[in-house]
Amino acid sequence: MTTRLSVQGITHRYGKKTALNDISFSLQKGTFCALLGPNGAGKSTLFSILTRLFVPDTGEIEVDGHSLSRKPGEALARIGVVFQQPTLDLDLTVVRNLKYFAALHGLAGKEADRRIAASLDRVQMAERAGEKVRALNGGHRRRMEIARALIHGPAVLLLDEPTVGLDAATRRSITDHVHDLANEQDLTVLWATHLVDEVRDNDHLVVLHRGEICAEGSAAGIAGQSSLHESFLELTGGSQ
Amino acid sequence: MKAALVCLVAIVHREALRFVSQRGRFLAAIVRPLVWLIVFAAGFRAALGLSIQPPYQTYITYEIYIVPGLCGMIQLFSGMQSSLSLVYDREMGSMRLLLTSPIPRWWLLFCKLFASTTISIFQVYTFLAIAAVTGITFSPAGYLAILPALILNGLMLGALGLLLSSTINQLENFAGVMNFVIFPMFFLSTALYPLWKMAEASTILRDICAFNPFSHGVELIRFALYGQVDWMALLWVLLAFAIFLFGSLWGYDPSRGIVRRKA
Repeated sequence: MTTRLSVQGITHRYGKKTALNDISFSLQKGTFCALLGPNGAGKSTLFSILTRLFVPDTGEIEVDGHSLSRKPGEALARIGVVFQQPTLDLDLTVVRNLKYFAALHGLAGKEADRRIAASLDRVQMAERAGEKVRALNGGHRRRMEIARALIHGPAVLLLDEPTVGLDAATRRSITDHVHDLANEQDLTVLWATHLVDEVRDNDHLVVLHRGEICAEGSAAGIAGQSSLHESFLELTGGSQ
Repeated sequence: MKAALVCLVAIVHREALRFVSQRGRFLAAIVRPLVWLIVFAAGFRAALGLSIQPPYQTYITYEIYIVPGLCGMIQLFSGMQSSLSLVYDREMGSMRLLLTSPIPRWWLLFCKLFASTTISIFQVYTFLAIAAVTGITFSPAGYLAILPALILNGLMLGALGLLLSSTINQLENFAGVMNFVIFPMFFLSTALYPLWKMAEASTILRDICAFNPFSHGVELIRFALYGQVDWMALLWVLLAFAIFLFGSLWGYDPSRGIVRRKA
């Protein structure tokens, strides 16, 4: 098995408050991992650290064998990110947004065009390429952000609560699509969410609560005899 | 190397598209100095006597004196506008996209700086063209010679904007910074009055003006318009650029800067 994402001993504090405490887990090639935690669990902080928006107080992250602290360029080149907050330029067309992102990864010309077309095809948005982002609905914007995150052919796809604000049908469609990506293209996915229904039984699951991992394993294993929803509430004290 | 250039072109292109789509911003950038040139300078021409001082070799009108200061003003506003857009980008999330690129962060920030400088230079030449139509002209060589001065001044002011953007938490806080940075920098400089004139009012004011890096940016442009180099101004501008750039790189450093707390 090939380790695509290795997170070892990550601790991070905001002043005196510990946001993440000794977080460690590893993800293999083609794994869909749900990072499940209630609001304030530290998911977004972990994503900021995984994308090197800031560095942790202690710990080490490796992406496809490249250390994020020692070789940030190589590591970041292997990560695709969909942030919780949309990061699209609304007044530019879909394709112009994607070209800008491709350029941030050093891709231009025909190579960029080819990859953009393939990415849009993958999310069934090829016919929307010339539209301004402002004209797209929330679901299409999210799909477009997923297409964008795949342009440079990352080994690891990080999605921070990507279904926030979407209706149930669109949520399901996007969740299914990213599961398919992991299965069919051997993409390693880390999907942060607080919604239990986005997790499938065979997903790898990391439950984060108050900055600590309180359970890790297969979703079915963690759920045990009860439902995952009940197990999650029990683990995070939500049932009390 | 190719990736860095691709990135530079893309960032400049994006900023240019954004600038073109904001017609009000362009109009304001041009009208503001023209109002100063046509209204303010016309009123002051009679009141303000200017002695012969380098780089001028003869008596000049106040309109001629004020043009380099207004070029500087365009770049000052442009630099601050650019930092405002950085704060906006950060609040809207698109800054994250930039900062998670595998291209070195210092280069990404330099690309942003270069883009804002390019746009400010375009504005300056548009302003100079309109000024020429109203009869305020310089030698063709002067128009060409100010280009390096405009690049340096634009980079310095852009770096200051970048530094400010790294220290600002929210967009709302920016208005205060604009007032506390733009107006003091502009009025306490040689943009509107020469140093000796300021000294007549107060030596402290004169000293503040002499210390203000914006004064040196303006003087660099003023001398360049006449094909000369004000070496002291050049040194000051380079020094200020280095300090502002270092500060902004520190501010955007993921392990040390202020962005760590709020990215």
